[in-house]
Amino acid sequence: MPRLLLFIPLLLFFVLAFFLWKGLSIDPRELPSALIDKPFPEFTLASLQQPERQLSKQDFIGQPVLVNVWATWCPSCRQEHEQLLMTAQADEIPIIGLNYKDERDMALQWLQQLGNPYQFNIYDEQGMLGLNLGVYGAPETYLLDAQGIVRHRHVGVLTTQDWQELKQIIKGWGSAKN
Amino acid sequence: MNPEIGGFALIIALFLSVVLALIPIYGASTANEMWMSYAKPLAAGQFLFVFISFICLGYAFSHDDFSVVYVAQHSNSQMPIQFKLSAIWGGHEGSLLLWALILTGWTFAVSRFSKALPLDMLARVLSVMGIVATGFISFLLITSSPFARYLPRYPVDGADLNPLLQDFGLIVHPPMLYMGYVGFSVAFAFAIAALLSGRMDAAWARWARPWTNIAWAFLGMGITLGSWWAYYELGWGGWWFWDPVENASLMPWLVGTALVHSLAATEKRGVFKSWTLLLAIFAFSLSLLGTFLVRSGVLTSVHAFASDPERGFFILMLLALTMGGSLTLYALKAPNVKSESSFSWLSREVLLLINNVFLTVMAVTVLLGTLYPLLIDALGQGKISVGPPYFNAVFVPIMCAMSIAMGVSVAVRWRESTPKAVLDKLWKPAVFSIICGLLFPMIYGNGFEARVFLGISISLWVMSSVVTEFIGKFRNAQSITSRLKQLPLSYYGMMVAHIGVGVTAVGITLVSNYSEERDMRMQTGDTVEIADYQFTFQGTHVVKGANYMADQATIVVAEDGETIVTLRPEKRRYNVKNAMMTEADIDASLFRDLYVALGEPLEDGSWAVRMHYKPYVRWLWLGGILMALGGLLTVADKRYRQRSARQEPTNA
Repeated sequence: MPRLLLFIPLLLFFVLAFFLWKGLSIDPRELPSALIDKPFPEFTLASLQQPERQLSKQDFIGQPVLVNVWATWCPSCRQEHEQLLMTAQADEIPIIGLNYKDERDMALQWLQQLGNPYQFNIYDEQGMLGLNLGVYGAPETYLLDAQGIVRHRHVGVLTTQDWQELKQIIKGWGSAKN
Repeated sequence: MNPEIGGFALIIALFLSVVLALIPIYGASTANEMWMSYAKPLAAGQFLFVFISFICLGYAFSHDDFSVVYVAQHSNSQMPIQFKLSAIWGGHEGSLLLWALILTGWTFAVSRFSKALPLDMLARVLSVMGIVATGFISFLLITSSPFARYLPRYPVDGADLNPLLQDFGLIVHPPMLYMGYVGFSVAFAFAIAALLSGRMDAAWARWARPWTNIAWAFLGMGITLGSWWAYYELGWGGWWFWDPVENASLMPWLVGTALVHSLAATEKRGVFKSWTLLLAIFAFSLSLLGTFLVRSGVLTSVHAFASDPERGFFILMLLALTMGGSLTLYALKAPNVKSESSFSWLSREVLLLINNVFLTVMAVTVLLGTLYPLLIDALGQGKISVGPPYFNAVFVPIMCAMSIAMGVSVAVRWRESTPKAVLDKLWKPAVFSIICGLLFPMIYGNGFEARVFLGISISLWVMSSVVTEFIGKFRNAQSITSRLKQLPLSYYGMMVAHIGVGVTAVGITLVSNYSEERDMRMQTGDTVEIADYQFTFQGTHVVKGANYMADQATIVVAEDGETIVTLRPEKRRYNVKNAMMTEADIDASLFRDLYVALGEPLEDGSWAVRMHYKPYVRWLWLGGILMALGGLLTVADKRYRQRSARQEPTNA
């Protein structure tokens, strides 16, 4: 066996180390969105809880809302759920769910199980709206203003601290109007 | 004053480890006995000073010294004392100090319990461990000192420990896990010392084996405890989530399992020498990689510790130095010769190799799944997450294949076995497992279920092939007791560990297929029936804990109208962080768990209540304990001490 073969593990390690090094300069939670300051994409999709009801952008335009992308296959979504419930209970801003690439039965069971913080849920089984939004993975949360313009995007679990930041942004709008 | 002593002790420890990293190894290469003999006292001193530093941090926690930043961020005066102490490793800095303590502890142990080791070998091993310690202690001092202070103005009280971590599981889980992670540094040090000295015969494998087995057993216990902790503490009854942090501990365990077996082959038969060396390097490297993944924040995880690119960079450098250095050394010096002994295609050697390949492939799959989001991101292809579907789809089939090979390997002898002899031994357990696998779902469940059949057959196969082999040992024995005593402890260790694999597999199969869960809106007096058990909700009342307030529900569980247990799940609100926690209550037994968690309070005074019926879930962890126990039994084998004592003159 030529000795060169014994260098293979070393080479593999260099490749790995390169990616790890690249990884350091990327923050997995911070993502650009092509949609920041652009209108939320148009869509017509069924509601999760009422399959016969078709939802569109018009259903939530007119007030600031949070659009939360979630799925039952996403463990972090479970972790985030508590925070969403608290936000919903405090009644500070309506939360719209975007159930992403999920199965209806499991999603409904989830809401029954863990509580439902959402005004209503858009059922995006094929992930088409998610694609237009540029969703990379669940959970993600979008803050929309009253005109339906995407103002902020949060990737990953929404913590209490993140929620405080979002509130600051919304407060900013209030004072700007006055 | 006290935190300063801690910091100062750590600086002294760093100096000692630098000297340890340089002097004995230089002495070994120049055959200078005096320099080599520095290794032992240095190892002791290093451990002593890290220990002092650890005690100082413990003192700061137990005396609520909130002028120390780390204490203020992770403790609170209201916390019970056991959690104040376990909060030492509740955050990044303290965990690292624990890492350093355990690393220097292992180094000290090697220096004490290796009397049989030739001096130059011991000097090299301790020096290599000193190099690793230098890296970690300087990491602690430069980027993450736990002794930094808020001065002159410091907070009146601490920010409290994350309530998820205020639990018995956290007291024991991290130390166990670290014992395993860091323990692999011993095998690593032995491998490097063997490469440096050029003596890559069976001797290094024999010296490294007991240490590797202990580390492997600890790591297995740590993973088991982690799974158990997640099960009862996260409040939704899952026991494994394929979370990056869990994967980080699973990968070294898988490679460590391969290493434990490969070391056996190298020690007994002098085969797979390069392969064993490589596994020893990889087991420890994966431990370091795990640390990197957890500490650097390159991946998002439920365990999310504070992430910091500077720290990530430092660990990456450590990783690059240890792994790059050791793999270069390996490439240059690994034995490039054919094995000393030959073996046929049907021999234990071949089966161990197959098992090694399976284990390595499993570790690589987990590694790929864990790093894939990072790779895609670094290539600018966007962000994605890899979920449990990937891991289950790839991991489970390989695990099944490996289990089948496991059963065969027990029946096959070293060097050579005839197919007929193997078949004679194995047909009975094979038929038994298949028949039981077929019958089980019909009797236990509601009719045939392919996955249950497969899972049960394979689990029984693993266990029954070991037992058959064990019984076979008595065929020509005159007296059973003398034969029992004759069999070496390491044989019993192997048996116990293999049966543990079967037990875990039974648990996984049954809990994944026969669990029942129900979520109900319940009002006082409501009864729900799950799997023949009647759960009656008797309302909630408020209870006050040391540092939290809770709504505690009373749920009476009855079977056939007879009350068997009263469960009291809680919904806690921790005062300081104002964080909500679901505290499940579980009635545990060998064949089933009844698991109740409180959901949300609803408008009309009713509660959302989640109830699970989890058959055989305890078997998961019982198997984990058996595997670890098997590893420890093997170490207790007196063969090691005797043999190494006998070989001392030839090696010294």
